[in-house]
Amino acid sequence: MTVEATYGVPVVAMHTDKFDKVVRSVAKVNGMPGLRQVFVPQPIMGKTAAQLRAYIDGTDPITGLPVMREVVEGLTRPFGEEDMGPVEFDRSTPRTVEPDTEENLHRLFLENRWTDMLPIVLPTEERVAAMLAGTRRKPGEVVGRMRSTHFREYWEYTVEKVAVNAVMAGARPEYFPVILALGATGATARGSSSSAVAAMAAVNGPIRNEIGMNAGTGAMGPYNHANATIGRAYGLLSQNGQGGSVPGHSYMGNQGNSYAYNSLTFAENEERSPWEPFHVQHGFQPTDSAVSVFSGCRSTAFTLGLRETHWREHVRNLLRGMDPHGPPTLLLDPIAARQFVDRGGFAKKDALIDWLYDAARMPAREYWDYQLIQNYIYPRATFGEEPWASKLKAAPDEEIPMFRREDIHVVVVGGETNGYWRIMGCNYQKTVSVDEWR
Amino acid sequence: MTREIGGKPAGKTLHPSSPRVAKEIPVGANDKITALNPVGFAPKVMRKPLAPRLDTLDGKIVYLVDCRFDDSDIFLKQMQAWFAQHMPAVRTVFKQISSVYLNDDPATWKEIKAKAHAAILGVGH
Repeated sequence: MTVEATYGVPVVAMHTDKFDKVVRSVAKVNGMPGLRQVFVPQPIMGKTAAQLRAYIDGTDPITGLPVMREVVEGLTRPFGEEDMGPVEFDRSTPRTVEPDTEENLHRLFLENRWTDMLPIVLPTEERVAAMLAGTRRKPGEVVGRMRSTHFREYWEYTVEKVAVNAVMAGARPEYFPVILALGATGATARGSSSSAVAAMAAVNGPIRNEIGMNAGTGAMGPYNHANATIGRAYGLLSQNGQGGSVPGHSYMGNQGNSYAYNSLTFAENEERSPWEPFHVQHGFQPTDSAVSVFSGCRSTAFTLGLRETHWREHVRNLLRGMDPHGPPTLLLDPIAARQFVDRGGFAKKDALIDWLYDAARMPAREYWDYQLIQNYIYPRATFGEEPWASKLKAAPDEEIPMFRREDIHVVVVGGETNGYWRIMGCNYQKTVSVDEWR
Repeated sequence: MTREIGGKPAGKTLHPSSPRVAKEIPVGANDKITALNPVGFAPKVMRKPLAPRLDTLDGKIVYLVDCRFDDSDIFLKQMQAWFAQHMPAVRTVFKQISSVYLNDDPATWKEIKAKAHAAILGVGH
């Protein structure tokens, strides 16, 4: 779109057919509804040159027309009125929906895909007002902006919009500052990667106990009202605040992700952790309340405790099982955390992270052959971006780090029913003050 | 920054349901109630100009721009072979973007502007 609009060069964009609706929608909301787009079958990945040539010699699965005829005509056929589309179109958001019966409103919210397909609490004026009492912030204040993918436009939401989604999720007003802080991160919990990502949120500081969040047994499961509804509110706010999360249109996760139901929202078990809390690592005081968000949650590995003789090898095996494009965040039950201190001498989280960085290695030839490394890291390496440019110089059999040190994190959560722990492959985004949203 | 909050909606409404907030007032199955819209605020869409099309591709330079995602390089090289076979009067140049498709690449776009008459970008997803 940039080449066409900014540089004035006629362009045809090639896409795979699964992305028909989403790429047309992206062109439209970027002000270029007439952009010439041609489709070939999905997938491109893993096909031979001969198979891809057959795509080119074949027909566009969307239009049924020969692919190359569309390509050539896309560059030579003059634009008509229908190609130019409207200059702008109405996308205003009314404050309320048309009054209706409770049953019909529930149906409306479901059919408009404003829910996560589970029953919601209808956001009436009174309920939203009660939620707004949970903060000193004004209803019209803009909290943040979100978008589902890099190519989509940012939508923004106010304190009142966040309250509406918090009510729908069944949250209580005392949780509202945490939900507002999640909104203020601007990190969507409804990202539209075809890799089917979810978000994760860890809460630190006094707010955890003030609102009764769970950091112990079952903290990451459906057993605590605050954990469950704060995370659900984060998801609903994300999909509605960013203007939608609809499969085929604005959500393209191939398998979906059940973590998305409450965005893995929990409190860190600061009281039982041997280390400083996560938010303190990121510039806050222990007496501050804050929430940290992670994106791209897909892969999980787990084990029980750390064995005396081969714990290093066991941890390395877990790390080697991760895709190198999904850096590890260790979610440690306090028993496992203390074992890392006892076995490895990691008196600080930083020392453990140093060790993990060094332990997670693989031969360069294997690293560079990962599809996601090819898609997202190799181009940056060839562009000279460090540390990948240096990694690219490694001999094929040289063991190189799988991850950047700054992308590895550790959070303590769990109720010490045993020393199970897991690794979440994900990307830390940011830590935001909850106190500022009280 | 703040946004104007609209006027009070019409219709009967429910009272807060949270057990810590207020007691629910029963509403009849046919009573109409008002709910707030949960959707955020979209930015305005402004039309961007599309470049004029070419009269013909014969004698023109067309850049085949590889967005470096999955195996798009193999795909575009096959397209280059198609042009050589079926439209030899078109000169094609295979060009990879400088970094990942998520990043803007003004150096490549300027090269296309300076050297090409048209471009085919792929393969997006």
